[in-house]
Amino acid sequence: MMDGMRVALMVTCVNDVLFPRTGRAVVDLLTRLGVEVDFPEAQTCCGQPMVNTGYLDEAVPVVRTFVSAFEGYDAVVTPSGSCAGSARHQHRMVAERSGDAGLVAAVSEIGPRVYELSEFLVDVLGLTDVGAYFPHRVTYHPTCHSLRLLGVGDRPRRLLEAVRGLTLVDLPEAEECCGFGGTFAMKNADVSVAMGADKARHVRETDAEVLVAGDNSCLMHIGGMLSRQRAGVRVMHLAEVLASTEAAA
Amino acid sequence: MSATFVGMPAFPTAARAALADTQLRHNLTHATHTIRDKRARVVAELPEWEELRTAGAATKDRALLTLDEQLVRLEESLTSRGAVVHWARDADEACRIVADVAQAHGVDEVVKVKSMATQEIGLNEALAAEGIAAWETDLAELIVQLGDDLPSHILVPAIHRNRAEIREIFRRRMAASGRPAPDDLTDDPGELANAARLHLREKFLRARVGVSGANFAVAETGTLVVVESEGNGRMCLTLPEVLISVVGIEKVVPTWRDLDVLLRLLPRSSTGERMNPYTSMWHGVTPGDGPQEVHVVLLDNGRSHALADQVGRQALRCIRCSACLNVCPVYERVGGHAYGSVYPGPIGAILNPLLKGVGSDPQVDSLPYASSLCGACYEVCPVKIDIPSVLVDLRAQVVDAHRDRRVPKPEAVSMRAAAWTLSDSRRLARAERISGRAGRWLTRLAGLPGPGRRWTSARDLPAPPRESFRAWWLRTRRRGSRS
Ligand code: SF4
Repeated sequence: MMDGMRVALMVTCVNDVLFPRTGRAVVDLLTRLGVEVDFPEAQTCCGQPMVNTGYLDEAVPVVRTFVSAFEGYDAVVTPSGSCAGSARHQHRMVAERSGDAGLVAAVSEIGPRVYELSEFLVDVLGLTDVGAYFPHRVTYHPTCHSLRLLGVGDRPRRLLEAVRGLTLVDLPEAEECCGFGGTFAMKNADVSVAMGADKARHVRETDAEVLVAGDNSCLMHIGGMLSRQRAGVRVMHLAEVLASTEAAA
Repeated sequence: MSATFVGMPAFPTAARAALADTQLRHNLTHATHTIRDKRARVVAELPEWEELRTAGAATKDRALLTLDEQLVRLEESLTSRGAVVHWARDADEACRIVADVAQAHGVDEVVKVKSMATQEIGLNEALAAEGIAAWETDLAELIVQLGDDLPSHILVPAIHRNRAEIREIFRRRMAASGRPAPDDLTDDPGELANAARLHLREKFLRARVGVSGANFAVAETGTLVVVESEGNGRMCLTLPEVLISVVGIEKVVPTWRDLDVLLRLLPRSSTGERMNPYTSMWHGVTPGDGPQEVHVVLLDNGRSHALADQVGRQALRCIRCSACLNVCPVYERVGGHAYGSVYPGPIGAILNPLLKGVGSDPQVDSLPYASSLCGACYEVCPVKIDIPSVLVDLRAQVVDAHRDRRVPKPEAVSMRAAAWTLSDSRRLARAERISGRAGRWLTRLAGLPGPGRRWTSARDLPAPPRESFRAWWLRTRRRGSRS
C-alpha cells in the first residue's frame, strides 16, 4: 500500500520538549506496522502559537523552516490535530503575508500531505486494528481542531474500539471545548479554567482511569486540572495507547 | 435606561467578574443548553441543511458584492411606494433623524420593535435626551429596560435573568412607566407574560410613532421584513400613524426570492422553530391601512469599514440568529455583558472590531482574543461565517496596529524571541539543552507576563522530561540505523 513511501514524523514543539514519550510512541507504533518513519531534524514548530496570537510576521520564518524540513516527503504524520490543522489551513495565509510566491506554492504542496495520526493510520494505512493491548477503562475527548478543523470523525474511536482489553466509555458533552485554546489559556485564564473545570467534571463522571485525546496541549490543560484535584485520572495521548502491546505490558 | 456599555473594561477583566456571578452562570447554562438542543433537533430534520447554508451564504454575498446598486434600487423602490428614505453615516446622524421625525409630530414617546440597529446606535438614550421616551415592547427587551439593565444576548436580551428576578423587576418597576404589575404577581411564566401584555397594550394604543429595525430589506420591491415571535412587532408596525425603521445597509437582499432561503434558515437557527411565528412585511405606505407616514433610515455606522476588510467582510452576512452565541463555550460561561457591546458572543467578537476598527480601544482589541478558536460557532452559523478565521485575522490586525510602538509589549518581545528560536532547529536544540530540562523553554513561548502563574493558579504543570524527543532521536541514532 505504501511501498517506497517517504514518511516524516512532525513531532511538534510541545511534544518535543514536554511529551517526548508521545513522539517515541508514534515511532514505535509505525515501526511495528512496518512503516519506516524519518524525523527531519530541521523541524521546529508549525507556527501556530504565533499565528493564533496574531504575530503573522513572526510566523513567516517558522513556516519557512517547516517547509525546508518537510519538503519532498510523501506524507507527514503528526500526533496533533491542531498542528496538522495549522499546516493544512493556516500556512497559506502566513505564506501569502510573506509575499513570497515560492513559499505559497511550497505550503500548498505540503499542506494536503500532512496527516494527523488517526487519519494516517485509517486512511493511508487502511488500518483500524493496530494490534494494541491496553487493559484499562478509557474515555476519549475529541479535541476541537481534530473534530472541526480536520474532520477526523470517528477514526480515533474506531482505533480505540479495536484495542484489546480496553473499555471505552462515552464522555458527556464530549464535543465541547476543554478551554485550552493556545495562548487563550493564559490571556483569558479565568474563562479557560472555568471551561476546563467542566471538562474535568465530565471526565470524572465517566469513572474512567485514563483520558485519551489526540492533542497533548489539550491534555496538558485538562490533565493539569485533574492532577490539581488529585482526581485519580491520568491523561494519555492516543499514540501511547495504540503503541501499547501485550508484550510490553 | 441609564445603563451603558461605555467604559467597559477589556474582556478578561469583565469576564472574570461575570464568572463569579453564580446566578448568571446558572441561568446561562440552563438557557443556552435548552436553545442549543432545540436548534440541533430541528436542524437535524432537514437533510438539505448544508445546501441551505451554502445558499444562504451565497445569497448574502451576492447582495454585499453589489451593495451600492442594491441600495440605490432599494431607495427607488421605497420612494416609489411612498416611503421617505434617509441615509445615516453614523449613530449620531441616525439618532438625529429619528428624533427630528418624532419631534415634527410633537410626540414625547415612541413604541419600539426589538431591533439590534437601534440598540447599536443608542437610540433610546438619544431620544431620552430630547425628552422622548422609547418604550421597548419585546418581552425580553422590556425586562432589560425596566430593570435598567443591559442586553446580554442578541435574541434573548434578558437571557441572564430567571423568573424570580423578572417578577421582582415587574413588581418594582412597571408602575413608573405605565400600568403596574398586579399585586399578587407570581413567577409563573403565564402570569408574567400577562402582566407584560396588559402593561404594553396601553403603550401600543397610545403611541403615535413606532420605531423598528428590519431583518431584511428587498431591493426590487422595497419590502422591509421584521421577524418576531410575540406579535408585539406587528402591533408597533401597524397601529401608529408614523413608522420609522432603522436598517443597517447590509440587510438588503436583491430579490423577493432571496427571502426563501433566509427565512428557512433563520427560525431553525435562532429559536429552534420550524417556521417563524410572526413575519411582517411591508413596503412604503398603503393608503388607508397602517402607518401613513413611513421613514427608512439606512445606516452605515462602520459597515463600509467592515466591507472593506477582505477577510472580515463575511461578518456582514450575519442574520443575527444567535446560534453562535448559544453554542459558544466562552459565551455560555461569561454571558453577554463581558463583551461590552449589544453584539456579544462570537459574532460580537468579530463584528465590534470590524465596525469600530482596531488599534485605539483596548476593550475592542481584547475581543478577537475572547475565544479558544474551538470552531463551534462556524459549525452552526446558517450563513457560514468562518468566525475562527476572522478572529485570527483580526488578532493579526491588532498586533500590526501596535507594531511601531517605541516600547514593545512583553508579549511581542516573547513572540519575537520564540520566532527566533523556532525558525532554526539548531537554536531550538540549543535552547532545549541550555534550559536543562527541555520543558522550561516552553513558558517563554507562552509569551505573557507571569504566564506560569496564570497557568498554575488552577492547573498543575507536567513534570518536564529529562530528555527532549530530538535528543532521544539523536542519541538512539534512529537515522543512522537506517540503510
Ligand atoms: S454569525 Fe452566524 S450564527 Fe452568529 S448570529 Fe450571525 S448568522 Fe447567526
